[in-house]
Amino acid sequence: MKKIKVLIVDDSSVMRKMVERSLRQSGLDISQVLEASNGMEALSLVRQNSLDLVLSDINMPVMDGLEFIRQLQAIESAKGVPVVMITTEGSASPMGEALLFGARGYITKPFTPDQIKEQVFPLLEA
Amino acid sequence: MRTLTRRNGGKSASPETGWAPLLEIAILDVFDVMLGAKLRTAIPPDPPLAADFTSMVGLAGDLCGVLSFHCRAASALQITSRMLGMPVTALDETVRDAIGEICNVVAGNFKAKVAGIVNECMLSVPSVISGADYRLYSIVDGERVEVAFVFDGEPVWVTLDLNN
Repeated sequence: MKKIKVLIVDDSSVMRKMVERSLRQSGLDISQVLEASNGMEALSLVRQNSLDLVLSDINMPVMDGLEFIRQLQAIESAKGVPVVMITTEGSASPMGEALLFGARGYITKPFTPDQIKEQVFPLLEA
Repeated sequence: MRTLTRRNGGKSASPETGWAPLLEIAILDVFDVMLGAKLRTAIPPDPPLAADFTSMVGLAGDLCGVLSFHCRAASALQITSRMLGMPVTALDETVRDAIGEICNVVAGNFKAKVAGIVNECMLSVPSVISGADYRLYSIVDGERVEVAFVFDGEPVWVTLDLNN
Protein backbone atom coordinates (compact mmCIF):
# COMPACT_ATOMS: atom_id res chain seq x y z
CA MET A 1 0.00 0.00 0.00
CA LYS A 2 1.38 3.45 -0.96
CA LYS A 3 2.03 6.27 1.48
CA ILE A 4 -1.14 8.23 1.97
CA LYS A 5 -2.10 11.83 2.69
CA VAL A 6 -4.89 12.12 5.25
CA LEU A 7 -7.21 14.94 6.31
CA ILE A 8 -8.62 14.71 9.85
CA VAL A 9 -11.56 17.00 10.65
CA ASP A 10 -12.64 17.42 14.29
CA ASP A 11 -13.22 20.44 16.51
CA SER A 12 -11.18 18.77 19.26
CA SER A 13 -7.42 19.02 18.68
CA VAL A 14 -6.89 16.19 21.17
CA MET A 15 -9.28 13.96 19.23
CA ARG A 16 -7.47 14.79 15.96
CA LYS A 17 -4.21 13.63 17.57
CA MET A 18 -5.91 10.46 18.87
CA VAL A 19 -7.23 9.67 15.38
CA GLU A 20 -3.77 10.23 13.88
CA ARG A 21 -2.16 7.99 16.50
CA SER A 22 -4.74 5.27 15.88
CA LEU A 23 -4.18 5.49 12.11
CA ARG A 24 -0.42 5.07 12.60
CA GLN A 25 -0.91 2.22 15.11
CA SER A 26 -3.18 0.47 12.63
CA GLY A 27 -0.20 0.17 10.29
CA LEU A 28 -1.11 2.77 7.67
CA ASP A 29 1.90 4.28 5.90
CA ILE A 30 1.17 7.99 6.18
CA SER A 31 3.11 10.65 4.30
CA GLN A 32 1.23 13.67 5.67
CA VAL A 33 -1.63 14.46 8.04
CA LEU A 34 -3.63 17.64 7.53
CA GLU A 35 -5.97 18.90 10.25
CA ALA A 36 -9.10 21.03 10.22
CA SER A 37 -11.32 22.04 13.13
CA ASN A 38 -14.53 22.39 11.11
CA GLY A 39 -16.02 21.71 7.70
CA MET A 40 -15.19 25.15 6.34
CA GLU A 41 -11.48 24.78 7.07
CA ALA A 42 -11.60 21.25 5.68
CA LEU A 43 -13.09 22.37 2.35
CA SER A 44 -10.28 24.90 1.98
CA LEU A 45 -7.66 22.18 2.57
CA VAL A 46 -9.39 19.83 0.15
CA ARG A 47 -9.21 22.47 -2.60
CA GLN A 48 -5.48 22.99 -2.01
CA ASN A 49 -4.36 19.37 -1.61
CA SER A 50 -4.54 16.02 -3.29
CA LEU A 51 -5.81 13.64 -0.59
CA ASP A 52 -6.09 9.87 -0.23
CA LEU A 53 -8.41 9.72 2.79
CA VAL A 54 -10.67 12.01 4.83
CA LEU A 55 -11.84 11.25 8.38
CA SER A 56 -14.45 13.67 9.72
CA ASP A 57 -16.44 14.30 12.88
CA ILE A 58 -20.12 15.27 12.48
CA ASN A 59 -20.92 17.66 15.37
CA MET A 60 -18.70 20.69 14.82
CA PRO A 61 -19.20 24.45 15.03
CA VAL A 62 -19.07 26.74 11.94
CA MET A 63 -19.77 23.91 9.49
CA ASP A 64 -20.72 20.41 10.61
CA GLY A 65 -19.56 17.17 9.05
CA LEU A 66 -22.76 16.56 7.09
CA GLU A 67 -22.61 19.92 5.34
CA PHE A 68 -18.88 19.42 4.73
CA ILE A 69 -19.39 16.08 3.02
CA ARG A 70 -22.32 17.47 1.01
CA GLN A 71 -20.20 20.34 -0.33
CA LEU A 72 -17.23 18.00 -0.85
CA GLN A 73 -19.15 16.19 -3.56
CA ALA A 74 -18.99 19.32 -5.75
CA ILE A 75 -15.17 19.48 -5.67
CA GLU A 76 -13.79 17.71 -8.75
CA SER A 77 -10.38 16.88 -7.20
CA ALA A 78 -12.09 15.19 -4.23
CA LYS A 79 -14.10 12.75 -6.33
CA GLY A 80 -13.19 9.19 -5.39
CA VAL A 81 -11.46 10.19 -2.14
CA PRO A 82 -12.97 7.98 0.57
CA VAL A 83 -14.57 9.79 3.51
CA VAL A 84 -15.16 8.04 6.83
CA MET A 85 -17.18 9.71 9.56
CA ILE A 86 -15.84 9.44 13.14
CA THR A 87 -18.45 10.55 15.60
CA THR A 88 -20.11 10.16 18.98
CA GLU A 89 -23.41 10.09 17.06
CA GLY A 90 -24.04 6.39 16.63
CA SER A 91 -27.70 6.90 15.79
CA ALA A 92 -29.04 5.88 12.41
CA SER A 93 -30.28 9.27 11.22
CA PRO A 94 -27.05 11.30 10.86
CA MET A 95 -25.17 8.21 9.72
CA GLY A 96 -27.76 7.52 7.03
CA GLU A 97 -27.48 11.12 5.88
CA ALA A 98 -23.68 10.92 5.79
CA LEU A 99 -23.78 7.73 3.71
CA LEU A 100 -26.33 9.36 1.40
CA PHE A 101 -23.98 12.31 0.88
CA GLY A 102 -21.13 9.98 -0.07
CA ALA A 103 -19.43 8.82 3.13
CA ARG A 104 -17.98 5.36 2.70
CA GLY A 105 -18.24 4.31 6.33
CA TYR A 106 -18.38 5.44 9.93
CA ILE A 107 -16.63 4.79 13.21
CA THR A 108 -18.24 5.50 16.57
CA LYS A 109 -16.21 7.07 19.39
CA PRO A 110 -14.68 5.55 21.46
CA PHE A 111 -12.75 3.53 18.88
CA THR A 112 -9.73 1.25 18.80
CA PRO A 113 -6.95 1.22 16.16
CA ASP A 114 -8.37 -2.11 14.99
CA GLN A 115 -11.78 -0.55 14.31
CA ILE A 116 -10.09 2.18 12.24
CA LYS A 117 -8.14 -0.46 10.37
CA GLU A 118 -11.28 -2.49 9.61
CA GLN A 119 -13.03 0.55 8.14
CA VAL A 120 -10.16 2.25 6.37
CA PHE A 121 -7.96 -0.48 4.87
CA PRO A 122 -10.58 -1.92 2.47
CA LEU A 123 -11.29 1.58 1.15
CA LEU A 124 -7.63 2.21 0.35
CA GLU A 125 -7.11 -1.19 -1.24
CA ALA A 126 -10.16 -0.76 -3.51
CA MET B 1 -39.67 8.54 43.93
CA ARG B 2 -40.42 10.08 40.56
CA THR B 3 -40.03 8.18 37.37
CA LEU B 4 -38.93 9.62 34.07
CA THR B 5 -41.47 9.02 31.35
CA ARG B 6 -40.99 9.40 27.63
CA ARG B 7 -42.88 12.36 26.26
CA ASN B 8 -44.36 10.26 23.51
CA GLY B 9 -46.09 8.01 26.00
CA GLY B 10 -43.65 5.14 25.83
CA LYS B 11 -42.45 3.01 28.72
CA SER B 12 -40.89 4.68 31.74
CA ALA B 13 -37.66 3.94 33.52
CA SER B 14 -36.67 4.51 37.09
CA PRO B 15 -33.38 6.40 37.39
CA GLU B 16 -32.09 4.03 40.08
CA THR B 17 -32.64 0.92 38.04
CA GLY B 18 -32.37 2.41 34.56
CA TRP B 19 -30.06 5.37 34.15
CA ALA B 20 -27.27 4.84 36.69
CA PRO B 21 -26.15 1.38 35.49
CA LEU B 22 -26.28 2.51 31.85
CA LEU B 23 -24.30 5.62 32.71
CA GLU B 24 -21.74 3.54 34.61
CA ILE B 25 -21.28 1.17 31.69
CA ALA B 26 -20.88 4.10 29.28
CA ILE B 27 -18.10 5.62 31.40
CA LEU B 28 -16.33 2.32 31.99
CA ASP B 29 -16.42 1.67 28.21
CA VAL B 30 -15.04 5.06 27.29
CA PHE B 31 -12.16 4.93 29.76
CA ASP B 32 -11.32 1.37 28.77
CA VAL B 33 -11.32 1.93 25.00
CA MET B 34 -10.09 5.53 24.78
CA LEU B 35 -7.62 5.59 27.64
CA GLY B 36 -6.83 1.93 28.28
CA ALA B 37 -7.87 2.51 31.90
CA LYS B 38 -9.92 0.24 34.12
CA LEU B 39 -11.99 2.39 36.46
CA ARG B 40 -13.07 1.22 39.88
CA THR B 41 -16.61 2.16 40.86
CA ALA B 42 -16.94 4.15 44.09
CA ILE B 43 -19.63 5.66 46.28
CA PRO B 44 -20.33 9.29 45.33
CA PRO B 45 -18.65 11.47 48.01
CA ASP B 46 -20.88 13.15 50.59
CA PRO B 47 -20.45 16.07 50.97
CA PRO B 48 -19.61 16.49 47.27
CA LEU B 49 -15.99 17.13 46.31
CA ALA B 50 -14.95 20.31 44.52
CA ALA B 51 -13.84 19.56 40.97
CA ASP B 52 -11.03 21.48 39.26
CA PHE B 53 -12.55 20.66 35.86
CA THR B 54 -16.18 20.18 34.91
CA SER B 55 -17.29 19.48 31.34
CA MET B 56 -20.93 19.50 30.35
CA VAL B 57 -22.96 18.25 27.39
CA GLY B 58 -26.62 19.19 27.00
CA LEU B 59 -29.24 16.61 26.09
CA ALA B 60 -32.40 17.62 24.24
CA GLY B 61 -35.37 15.67 22.90
CA ASP B 62 -37.10 12.82 24.70
CA LEU B 63 -34.30 12.93 27.28
CA CYS B 64 -33.62 16.54 28.41
CA GLY B 65 -30.91 17.67 30.76
CA VAL B 66 -27.18 17.96 31.26
CA LEU B 67 -24.51 15.30 31.59
CA SER B 68 -21.46 16.56 33.50
CA PHE B 69 -18.03 15.02 33.99
CA HIS B 70 -16.00 16.18 36.99
CA CYS B 71 -12.40 15.63 38.01
CA ARG B 72 -9.46 17.16 39.83
CA ALA B 73 -6.40 18.63 38.15
CA ALA B 74 -4.28 15.49 38.61
CA SER B 75 -6.90 13.37 36.83
CA ALA B 76 -7.32 15.96 34.08
CA LEU B 77 -3.59 15.83 33.35
CA GLN B 78 -3.58 12.04 33.44
CA ILE B 79 -6.60 11.79 31.12
CA THR B 80 -5.02 14.20 28.63
CA SER B 81 -1.68 12.36 28.78
CA ARG B 82 -3.36 9.05 28.04
CA MET B 83 -5.40 10.52 25.18
CA LEU B 84 -2.31 12.02 23.55
CA GLY B 85 0.05 9.16 24.41
CA MET B 86 2.58 11.57 25.93
CA PRO B 87 3.08 13.26 29.31
CA VAL B 88 1.15 16.49 29.81
CA THR B 89 2.04 18.74 32.75
CA ALA B 90 0.41 22.11 31.96
CA LEU B 91 -3.23 22.80 32.78
CA ASP B 92 -3.96 24.61 29.54
CA GLU B 93 -6.30 24.63 26.54
CA THR B 94 -5.28 21.08 25.57
CA VAL B 95 -6.47 19.76 28.94
CA ARG B 96 -9.78 21.62 28.63
CA ASP B 97 -10.20 20.19 25.13
CA ALA B 98 -9.51 16.65 26.39
CA ILE B 99 -11.93 16.90 29.32
CA GLY B 100 -14.63 18.31 27.03
CA GLU B 101 -14.09 15.48 24.58
CA ILE B 102 -14.28 12.82 27.30
CA CYS B 103 -17.67 14.20 28.37
CA ASN B 104 -18.78 14.35 24.73
CA VAL B 105 -17.87 10.71 24.11
CA VAL B 106 -19.44 9.57 27.41
CA ALA B 107 -22.66 11.38 26.45
CA GLY B 108 -22.63 9.79 22.98
CA ASN B 109 -21.99 6.35 24.43
CA PHE B 110 -24.75 6.82 27.01
CA LYS B 111 -27.10 8.01 24.26
CA ALA B 112 -26.36 4.85 22.27
CA LYS B 113 -27.10 2.72 25.34
CA VAL B 114 -30.50 4.34 25.97
CA ALA B 115 -31.49 4.12 22.29
CA GLY B 116 -34.02 1.39 23.05
CA ILE B 117 -35.59 3.48 25.83
CA VAL B 118 -35.43 6.97 24.37
CA ASN B 119 -36.51 7.70 20.81
CA GLU B 120 -34.75 10.95 20.13
CA CYS B 121 -31.94 12.63 21.98
CA MET B 122 -29.66 15.33 20.61
CA LEU B 123 -26.35 16.35 22.14
CA SER B 124 -24.81 19.79 22.37
CA VAL B 125 -21.12 20.47 21.86
CA PRO B 126 -19.29 20.29 25.22
CA SER B 127 -18.58 23.24 27.52
CA VAL B 128 -15.78 23.17 30.08
CA ILE B 129 -15.43 24.98 33.40
CA SER B 130 -11.99 25.13 35.02
CA GLY B 131 -11.79 26.14 38.66
CA ALA B 132 -13.65 24.89 41.70
CA ASP B 133 -15.31 28.06 42.94
CA TYR B 134 -18.74 27.77 41.34
CA ARG B 135 -22.19 26.27 41.93
CA LEU B 136 -24.43 24.95 39.17
CA TYR B 137 -28.17 25.41 39.68
CA SER B 138 -30.92 23.82 37.64
CA ILE B 139 -33.93 26.08 37.05
CA VAL B 140 -36.36 23.21 36.61
CA ASP B 141 -37.38 20.25 38.77
CA GLY B 142 -35.85 17.00 37.81
CA GLU B 143 -33.84 13.93 38.66
CA ARG B 144 -30.16 13.73 39.50
CA VAL B 145 -28.11 10.60 38.94
CA GLU B 146 -24.52 10.56 40.14
CA VAL B 147 -21.91 7.87 39.63
CA ALA B 148 -18.35 7.94 40.92
CA PHE B 149 -15.15 6.10 40.13
CA VAL B 150 -11.51 5.89 41.07
CA PHE B 151 -9.11 6.56 38.20
CA ASP B 152 -5.39 6.15 38.93
CA GLY B 153 -6.10 6.65 42.64
CA GLU B 154 -8.08 9.87 42.11
CA PRO B 155 -11.86 10.42 42.12
CA VAL B 156 -13.76 11.17 38.91
CA TRP B 157 -17.53 11.48 38.88
CA VAL B 158 -20.36 12.02 36.46
CA THR B 159 -23.74 13.61 37.11
CA LEU B 160 -26.81 13.37 34.95
CA ASP B 161 -29.35 16.09 35.67
CA LEU B 162 -32.62 15.30 33.93
CA ASN B 163 -35.56 17.65 33.48
CA ASN B 164 -38.95 16.17 34.15
